Amino acid sequence: MIVSHSWLAQFAPTAHAPGEIGEALSRHCVTLDALERLDAALAPFVVAQVVEAGRHPNSDHLWVTKVDDGSGALLEVVCGAPNVVAGHKYPFARTGTVMPGGLRIERRRIRGETSNGMLCSARELGLGDEHDGILTLETDVPPGTPLLAVLPATDARLTLDVLPNRPDLLSHRGVAREVAAILGAPLQSRPADLTGPPQPPAEGWRQGPWAVAGTHAAVEVVAREECPHYLAVVIRGVRVGESPAWLRDRLESVGQRSRSNVVDATNYLVHGLGQPVHAFDLGTLAGARIVVRPTREGETITTLDGVVRPLAAGTVAICDAERPVALAGIMGGEATEVTEATTDLLVEVARFEPRFVRRVRRAVGLSTDASYRYERGIDGAALAEMAGLVGDLIVQVAGGQVVEVLEVGAPPAPHAPVGLRAPRLARVLGMAVPDAVVRQHLEALGCVVTPTADGWMVAPPSWRTDLHLEVDLIEEVGRLVGYDALPDDLRPFRPGRQADHPLHELGRAVRSVLVGEGLAEIRPMPFTAVGDVTTPRVLNPLAEDEPYLRGDLLVTLAQRAEYNVARMQGNLRLFEIGHVFVPSNGRLPREELRVGALLMGRQRPPHFSEPAPPAFDRWDAKALAERLIRVVWPGEAVVLRQGAGDTLWTVEHATLGLVGRVVRMALDLPAWASEPLAVELTLGVISSEDVAPPGANAHGVAPAAPTPRRIQFTPLPVTPAAEFDLALVVPDDLPAARVEAVMRGAAGELLERVALFDEFRGGAIPSGHRSLAWRLTFRHPERTLREKEIEGRRARLVQLLHQELGISVRAS
Amino acid sequence: MELSEFAALADALKQECLALLHHADPAQRLDAVKGALNALKDERLARLQREVPAMATPLDKRGAGRLFNELKGALDAALADFAARQGARTAEGSWDGTLPARHRWTGSLHPVTLVVDEICAIFRELGFTIALGPEAETEWYNFGALNFPPDHPAMELHDTLYLGEGALLRTHTSPVQVRTLQRCAPPVRVLAPGQVYRRDFFDATHAPAFLQLEGLAVDEGIGFVDLKATLAEFARRFYGASRRVRFGPSYFPFVEPGAQMDVEVDLQDGKGLRWVEILGCGMVHPKVLDAAGVDSERFTGWAFGMGPARIAMSRYGITDIRVLYDSDVRFLEQFAP
Repeated sequence: MIVSHSWLAQFAPTAHAPGEIGEALSRHCVTLDALERLDAALAPFVVAQVVEAGRHPNSDHLWVTKVDDGSGALLEVVCGAPNVVAGHKYPFARTGTVMPGGLRIERRRIRGETSNGMLCSARELGLGDEHDGILTLETDVPPGTPLLAVLPATDARLTLDVLPNRPDLLSHRGVAREVAAILGAPLQSRPADLTGPPQPPAEGWRQGPWAVAGTHAAVEVVAREECPHYLAVVIRGVRVGESPAWLRDRLESVGQRSRSNVVDATNYLVHGLGQPVHAFDLGTLAGARIVVRPTREGETITTLDGVVRPLAAGTVAICDAERPVALAGIMGGEATEVTEATTDLLVEVARFEPRFVRRVRRAVGLSTDASYRYERGIDGAALAEMAGLVGDLIVQVAGGQVVEVLEVGAPPAPHAPVGLRAPRLARVLGMAVPDAVVRQHLEALGCVVTPTADGWMVAPPSWRTDLHLEVDLIEEVGRLVGYDALPDDLRPFRPGRQADHPLHELGRAVRSVLVGEGLAEIRPMPFTAVGDVTTPRVLNPLAEDEPYLRGDLLVTLAQRAEYNVARMQGNLRLFEIGHVFVPSNGRLPREELRVGALLMGRQRPPHFSEPAPPAFDRWDAKALAERLIRVVWPGEAVVLRQGAGDTLWTVEHATLGLVGRVVRMALDLPAWASEPLAVELTLGVISSEDVAPPGANAHGVAPAAPTPRRIQFTPLPVTPAAEFDLALVVPDDLPAARVEAVMRGAAGELLERVALFDEFRGGAIPSGHRSLAWRLTFRHPERTLREKEIEGRRARLVQLLHQELGISVRAS
Repeated sequence: MELSEFAALADALKQECLALLHHADPAQRLDAVKGALNALKDERLARLQREVPAMATPLDKRGAGRLFNELKGALDAALADFAARQGARTAEGSWDGTLPARHRWTGSLHPVTLVVDEICAIFRELGFTIALGPEAETEWYNFGALNFPPDHPAMELHDTLYLGEGALLRTHTSPVQVRTLQRCAPPVRVLAPGQVYRRDFFDATHAPAFLQLEGLAVDEGIGFVDLKATLAEFARRFYGASRRVRFGPSYFPFVEPGAQMDVEVDLQDGKGLRWVEILGCGMVHPKVLDAAGVDSERFTGWAFGMGPARIAMSRYGITDIRVLYDSDVRFLEQFAP
């Protein structure tokens, strides 16, 4: 909502500056988004003092002056004004300044003398028609002061962020009511812009339940639910033409273009008073009739914007005796538009049901100032007043005479009074407000307040369609007292009973491990182009090419890797912790929290002391997976099972099943890029089950708290270890892990550690085999192991491995 | 053993040892390097030495012997060379300390995470714990339970991405309020950070998916004063005690009174300090408490919501929101500690 400061003063005359009003509204009513002076184009101009003025050597009407513009050096400026006087101050445009007309002031030579800027007249600045000389400024400010600082304030424009609960603020009168309530300004019900006397209809005000016929026109409402109240003001003998300057200024001050006196008058009602009004050319209304009815099959309307709009049968429209002539509450029709030839008007002042206007507006896709207000709700009790005001204004600016007013339907019933308990008010605000203050604030808003035993009964005014409940009134009192006026003291509180969500804590742990491993966290857009009929998808996506919700994090990691590679960045270590959406049979997809990590490029940054470090390979990915597994499932049985193709390993949990994978990513990459590897693990499921039915709770059902795993300390050894290496020739199809398992089983309880340190193929190793070498570490808790004991173990182990697996020690 | 195999083993050992010495850090103590070298070579060297007399022919024996001696000589020479190099480098003034260190890759948290973590840390001290909820929600949790009037312009504040009948992508984290209140009896004090979705074009200032952070406190006898004091305390800790803070009315269907907190901040755009809305807040609407099965006469509560991405943008001077999603490593590594 754009509000003009001077228009606002029509309703709430106040000495407060625009900035003060904006600040007061922000603190008590509605946020001020922007405040601009309408003469903002003058911002670059400064006050300058002419220090010397002498005749131009080559001209008899020009002056050469020395000007102090506050920049330090005196500027030579050529001036043609007869009134330039040394010592006086004038508005000055430095070189580079753009004049209101668009001309840019440059340094130039005028008849041989250089001019570094321009001393300006009132007309050149758009401040009036005076152009006999430059504008002399009566001011004490030093040269260089912005001109705006010394000009009297002109109008200012306040842009207010009016939210859907406050449709009453969508007019100057509505905002003025708040200004009056907050700043204590008086309130004018009739704007001073209306200089003429009230114009009662010459031939009377005719009412009928749902149809009424007058001398000049007739009105019938068939669609009573959609249009509960309709007034037609008939004005004859108008002269359509240009608006007077004051009316043009009003509309321009809020960014509206002036069209004609009649249309401008209707727009004055919209922006000034919040009542959408539409003027029909009475002469073009077939049968001089208005019928508000559902449309019939095949009816169309050409709206004022020139668009032919088919109307679904049954859409309620404003019709004349034959055809639709306006989209009710949205826009008028071209055929009945007011033109220069118009002399007689039928002016519609009506109330339409918000949901109906919203439905039609969405169906036709046309939002207007009128529909915006109707959808949010107008002051239904003010229609008769509005009908009077619009007649007065049109007669004032376009002449003619209000001949009759036709009214059908009725204003809405007044709101039921709402009870407000003083103790409840104090409890919700956290602070008691004196009774007199409560009452004063509510009455300032137009409420009728009646005291009761423990508070008040409050009847809200007709324009406050948002006040239904006690808590709504508490808000009114709270905001008028001012939230800033409430004490700022932190009081004791009871901490919440709910434990941290375990997945949040787990996510933090995983995140910190990955950052420590040198990975960078990403938060990509979670939509993807990859999906099939089972994939959860957005029904109304904005980007039609990416309608699907991702089913895993690798999809988006891959996109981000490609994005980086396309920018010549091939050393990537990225991870994300995010939600994925798995198809389910329920209404909502199954939602899992996962971690995805991608490794690609060099294992570490290059250093001058060594050749280029190798690229990450599958063993790095496996290490990362194992590290994460220990963080996510500490002490639980999780195995990496070798996969096929691009799936290098699957991660399998003894009870949860498949919980992740390690993959080689198939990306479209240039030759210089290294192989991208990725790990994805499912951290857990985010339940989307209803906790309890609407209105109910599940407070008795406490979820089992997970038992935290504690690390158990192992005493440090006090005896030396003994170790030996074992190189075995192992067939390719016998996994190292099996050999290791047999070793562990056979080596006895003194075995402390088994570590594979070499895999070798070729040489004397038969094909289809490799040499695998382990180092086995043994330790006795109490004494040093003897050489013979170690030898014995080695021999037994070698024998057993041969028996069980058919493998032998590599010949050295 | 064939002589060729002997030669191959000898050569492999030589190459490995030379590589070890080449990569060894000259700053290490010499005996540490020697130890590493011995661990690599001694056993294999001894094995080769045992092989020499066991060669099949005298010719091979001689050949193997020669190879063995060459290998030993080469290794001794290489070690001496390393020692000389090391001596030269560590001699006073003869090594260049301005050469770059040998770094490892440094990981980083996303700037939005940095902001979320900081906010959460402050509220944790104020008694809050963390709650999570699904991003795909039912219409009831996202709108109905939160007092959104059906078919009302308030819905236009939340242009929604729909998944199907009654299912949608949550437009705010407020459904977590309802889920939490249904699950836990008051006192409740939770924070809910999470991704939310709006049907917005992806441009410099809008994203269809972004992070939101919600807070909720419900108990007996807490009022707007508690809301104000707690959030002002947050603002002082987050922005600094000298920053001015103001509260003004606002509207969200699920709170009444509804308010917003503005903080005077410099957005680093040359326009200086100005009021910027940091969060929306208010007293939990009694209809929301009722919907969640909490007695709205007995309990009151307050809630707030804010956008960490916007805060991150102003804090780090980011002007285009898309860089937060692009995941360009050159952007991410700027946030490495």
